[in-house]
Amino acid sequence: MTTPDVKIYSLSTCGHCKATKRFLSECNIVYDFVDVDLLEGEERSAILADVRNLNPNCSFPTIQIGGKVIVGFREDEIKEALGLK
Amino acid sequence: MNAETLQAQLSKIHEPKGYYFNTDKILVSDLLEALLTNKERYGYMVCPCRLASGDRKKDQDIICPCVYRTEDVAEFGSCYCNLYVSKDWNEGTIKHDFVPERRPVALQF
Repeated sequence: MTTPDVKIYSLSTCGHCKATKRFLSECNIVYDFVDVDLLEGEERSAILADVRNLNPNCSFPTIQIGGKVIVGFREDEIKEALGLK
Repeated sequence: MNAETLQAQLSKIHEPKGYYFNTDKILVSDLLEALLTNKERYGYMVCPCRLASGDRKKDQDIICPCVYRTEDVAEFGSCYCNLYVSKDWNEGTIKHDFVPERRPVALQF
């Protein structure tokens, strides 16, 4: 089974975002991420539009795993979306 | 100012009110460092778990401790970041549920 693409919309300062990244690394999952607080101007606006599209609350981390969207570091939901349980 | 000094100062203010630092030392140290980063970046210690606008007036409700802490600790035993928690949370006598964002979307950046 192939692992779905994983993308994290995160903040560089956020504990839940750090925990999510750490957890995925521990599971040997390759992921892409963008720390939205480090972006400026149009780049930030464009990414925020993407986040709102996935999660109207626009909170962090917003995690996209294949076609699924998980809001917050919810370990069980992440595992399930990755097919780890 | 380092994270340790900040923690010592803040504990004196918040513990008497019933808000304790999480016993997860790594999490707390990371979050305190993040508060110091935000102080440098924006001029005020805005919540590390939320995206700040950089405008102090707009960010007023999420300057740590945020205005949502009272309700979140009362309902879940922890603030949104898991930085400030209740005694019960630290003693493990309540479930460590995920604390959902309480801040209205309309107030965001």
